[in-house]
Amino acid sequence: MAMNLEVTEVMGRENRLGSISGYCGSLRDLSCKARCGGVKGRERCFSQDSLCNAACAQGTLSLIMDAAIVNHGPVGCAVDAIGSNFVLRTMQRLSGAPEHNIRFLSTNLRESDTVFGASEKLKETIRETWRRYEPAAIFVCSSCASAVIGEDIRAVVSDLKGEIPVPISPVSCEGFKSKVWASGFDAAFHAILTDIVKPPAKKTNVVNFINFFGSAKKEIAELFARFGVEPYFLTAGSSIEGLSRLSESIATVSICGTLGTYLGTGLEQKYGVPYVQSMRPHGIAGYEDWLRQLGSAIGKAAEVEAYIAEERPKIEDELQRLRSRLKGLRAVIGMGPGYSFNFIRVLGELGIEVVWTSAWHFDPRYDSGANVPELEFLAGGGAEDIPFTVSDQQNFEVMNVLNTLKPDIYFSRHPGTTVWALKLGYASLCVNDEYTAFGYKGIVNFGTMILDSITNRSFAELFAKRSRLPYTEWWFQQDHAHFLAEEAGSRAAASEPAAAAIGAAHE
Amino acid sequence: MSDLVEAPRFVCALGAIKSVQAIDRAVPVLHSGPGCGAKLANGISEQNGGSPSGYISPQIYPCSNIGEREVVFGGAERLRQTIENALKVIDGDIFVALTGCTTALVGDDAEEVVRSFKGADKPVILADTPGFIGNNIRGHEIVLDALIDQYMKGAKVEPGLVNIWATVPYQDAFWHGNLRALERLVASLGLRPNTIFGPRKGLAALDRVSAASLNILASPWVGLGAVHKLEAKFGTPYLHYPTIPIGPHATGEFLRAVGTAAGVPDSRVEAAIRDGEEEYYYYIERSADVFLETRAMARRFVIIADSDYTLAVSRFLINDMGLFPSKLYITDDAPIEHRGRVAGYFAEFLHGIKAEVEFSADGGRIHEEITNTDFYGRPLILGSYWERSLAKELRGHYVGLAMPVVDRLILDRSYVGYEGALRLLEDIYGVVLETFI
Repeated sequence: MAMNLEVTEVMGRENRLGSISGYCGSLRDLSCKARCGGVKGRERCFSQDSLCNAACAQGTLSLIMDAAIVNHGPVGCAVDAIGSNFVLRTMQRLSGAPEHNIRFLSTNLRESDTVFGASEKLKETIRETWRRYEPAAIFVCSSCASAVIGEDIRAVVSDLKGEIPVPISPVSCEGFKSKVWASGFDAAFHAILTDIVKPPAKKTNVVNFINFFGSAKKEIAELFARFGVEPYFLTAGSSIEGLSRLSESIATVSICGTLGTYLGTGLEQKYGVPYVQSMRPHGIAGYEDWLRQLGSAIGKAAEVEAYIAEERPKIEDELQRLRSRLKGLRAVIGMGPGYSFNFIRVLGELGIEVVWTSAWHFDPRYDSGANVPELEFLAGGGAEDIPFTVSDQQNFEVMNVLNTLKPDIYFSRHPGTTVWALKLGYASLCVNDEYTAFGYKGIVNFGTMILDSITNRSFAELFAKRSRLPYTEWWFQQDHAHFLAEEAGSRAAASEPAAAAIGAAHE
Repeated sequence: MSDLVEAPRFVCALGAIKSVQAIDRAVPVLHSGPGCGAKLANGISEQNGGSPSGYISPQIYPCSNIGEREVVFGGAERLRQTIENALKVIDGDIFVALTGCTTALVGDDAEEVVRSFKGADKPVILADTPGFIGNNIRGHEIVLDALIDQYMKGAKVEPGLVNIWATVPYQDAFWHGNLRALERLVASLGLRPNTIFGPRKGLAALDRVSAASLNILASPWVGLGAVHKLEAKFGTPYLHYPTIPIGPHATGEFLRAVGTAAGVPDSRVEAAIRDGEEEYYYYIERSADVFLETRAMARRFVIIADSDYTLAVSRFLINDMGLFPSKLYITDDAPIEHRGRVAGYFAEFLHGIKAEVEFSADGGRIHEEITNTDFYGRPLILGSYWERSLAKELRGHYVGLAMPVVDRLILDRSYVGYEGALRLLEDIYGVVLETFI
C-alpha cells in the first residue's frame, strides 16, 4: 500500500492507519483483529490527561542542532522549548559543538489575536527568528488555538519564501487533531521529508538511524563499522544538511516502530532507501532479527552471521544465571506500543512472566501496510496469550489492574508513570533509555537492573507505607474497563461482556 | 514592539493546574486538549526544580481530552461526564474545573456545567483559564478568585490568626520552602500563620482564610487582587509588603511591618529581629574574608526573573551585601497597571542606589542586550537555565533561581529570611568558588 506523500498535511494515525487508543482484550485477539482489519477503538466516558501530538512534533524537530522552531500559539504551547533545550545543550556538550540555547520562539497568541487573527504576528516572528539566528531551516508549528481560529500558516510561509533563503516548513500538529500523540512524529517527519530531504546526488554507505536521544551512538558506530557502514542518527543532534541527504543512504532503521514508520516508509517509497522493518534490537531474538534484516538490506548477510556466531556465546553463562534468579517473577508493562511488544519478548527471554500489558495506543499496521512484526512474532507462538489493553496513559486503569494482579514488578517508559506502581508497593522500573536491553550486553545489563530493583526494596517499601493513593475505594472495586465504551464513537458506559472478557483474561 | 516570547519563563493560564495541585487534596479537572496538562506541568514543575508529582500528578488529573469531534460539536457534555466520574474515581476534597483554549474558543458553557454540580458531595468550582488570556501567574490569580468567590464562606475572626500569601506555587521552584520560612518568621512574633498551599493544609486551611484577622501579602503584584477581594468579602485588612524578604535588612523591615499591622508589641518584634541577626551575622563574620577576598567574585550583578525575585534578590545583594546592580529584567509579564509601581521599588535601595529595570518576556532580546553590557569584570547572573550558556559566554557566574530551574533539585530550600539569605550566599559562592581567577 503506497503512502500519499503529496498531501499538504499528514492525517492523524486514527484516519491514516486505523490506530486506536481504547481496547480491552488479549494479545492474540488484537493480532487477529489487526490482520482482519477489524480493530475498533473504544472510547472512555472518563479520562485522565494524556499527551498531545504537538509535544512529539516539536520534540522531534527542535533537537535538530541548526534549525529553529516557531510555535504559532499561546505561550504554553511553546513550553516544550524548556525540556528540549536541556536535551539540545547536552547534545552540544557531548559533541563538542558550541553551546547555545535552543532556537524556539512563540508568537504568544493573545485573546485579541483570537478575534482579529495573527498572521502578521506570525510573519514578524518568523522574520525575527531569521534575523536573530539565521537558522538552516525554520519549522512553523500550529497549535489548537491557531487551528480553531483558522490561521493560514501555509499562506504566511509562502509569502516569506522569497524573503528568507532557507526552508520554512509548516507543521500541522494541533493537539486536538489526534488522540494518538505519535501522530506528531509523523507531522514532523512529513515536514522533513517534503521540505528538507533532497533527491540523492550520490549513494553513500550511511544507514539512517531514527531514534530518540541516542545514548548508544558510540556502540552502534563501532558495530556498524564491522559491516562497513556508518550510522546517521536523527533527529536529536542532526543537522539540516545531514537530513537533506537521507535519500542517499543505503538503508533506514528505527529504534522504535512507532517512531520511524512515516519517515522510514517515505524514504523507501520516494527515494528507494530500504526501510528495515524487523523486530527492534531489544533482547536476543530482536537484536538478531534486526541484524539479519539490516545485513540483508546492506548486502552484509555473511558478516552479520559471523558477528552473531562470535558474540552470542559470550553472554550465555551470565544470561543463564540471570534467568535462574528472575524466573517466576510476574510483571506488568505500560509503555507505547512499539516498546510494549518488544519488552514482552525481552522479559520472556529473561524468564519473567508478563501477566498484563497496556500500550498507549495501537497501530494495526504501519505506513508500508505491513503488520507490526513484533506482534506477529508474539502472536505466532513467541509468547503465551496475555491480557492486553490499549489506553492513552490512563493511570486509573493501570492502578486498578496492578491492585488486582499484584505483580512483582511494573515496567514503565513515560515521564511520571513509574511512581504509581511503587506507591502500591511493587517494584517499578522505568525503561526510559531507548537502548535499554539493546543487543547482547544490553539484555544482561537490563536483567541485572531488574534483579537489583526486586532485591533492594527499601525505597519502595518505606515509600509505599507512607503514600496515600488518589483513588477511591469504589474505583478499586470496579473492573478496570468500567469506563470503556463498547463501540467506537459511543460515550456510553462499559457493557457487561467487556468487563467479563477482561475478568476471564485475568484468570 | 513585537509580542513574541523566546526562552519562556512561564506557561499559559492553564498552568494554574499546579496552583490547584499545591492545595492538598484539591484536584484540577481539565477541560482542554489531551496534552495541555502534561506539557504545562512538565515545564513548571518537572523542569523547574524537579517536582512533577505529589499526591496527584498530571497523570492523575481528570481531563476531557478534547478531540476533533468536540471542536465540531462542542464539549460541554464531555466535561459533565468527566466531572461526574472524577467525583467517583478520584479521592479528593475539592475539584477545580479549568478550561483551555479549545473549549473556550468553541464556546462550551463550562459555567453551566459546573453549576449543575452544586449539590455534589464535594465542592466543584470553575476557573476560566484559556491559554490565550495570559500566563500561569494570571491563571494563579484566577484560581484564587475562584476559591474566594465560589468556595470560601465567612467565619468568626480569630485574633492572632494571619494568612500569608507570597510567591506562585511551582512557578517559584522554592515556593514551599519560602512559605514555611515566612510561617516561621510570622510565628516568631507570636502570631498564628495560615497558608493554603502545601501538605496538611487543604480544605481546613481554606476554611480558616476568612477567620484571619490580617492578610499578609509578600509580593510585588501577584495576589493583590486576592487580598482586595478578601477585604471586600470578609472585611479582612491586609498588609502589602513588596516582596519576599531575603536577608537582615528586608527581614527586619518585614517583621516590623507585620508587627505594626498585627499589633505585636515592639519589644517582641525587636527580640525576634535580634535573634535572627545574631545567628546570621555569626556566619557572615566567619566567612567575611571570603566575601572580601575572593578575586573571582563579581561586583556587578544582573537578574532575569519574575518581579518578586528580581526585587527580593537585588534588595539583598545591594542593601545587605554591598554589591551593585546592572540593568535588571522582569520576565513575568506583569500587568501594565502594576509596572510603574513595581519599577518604583527599584529606585529605593540604600545609599540612593537605583537600578534600571525592564519588563520583557523576550529572552532572546534580553540576551542580546546583556551580551552588549559592560559589567566591569565578571558578572554575577541570577536567572533561569536559559542564562547558563550566556553566563559561560560572558565568563560570568550563574545561579539558577527563576523558572525554569532545570539543573537543580529543589526540595525544601528557601531564600527567605535570615536562614534563606545564608542559603543564597552558599549557592552563589558555590558557583564562584569553582573559579580562582
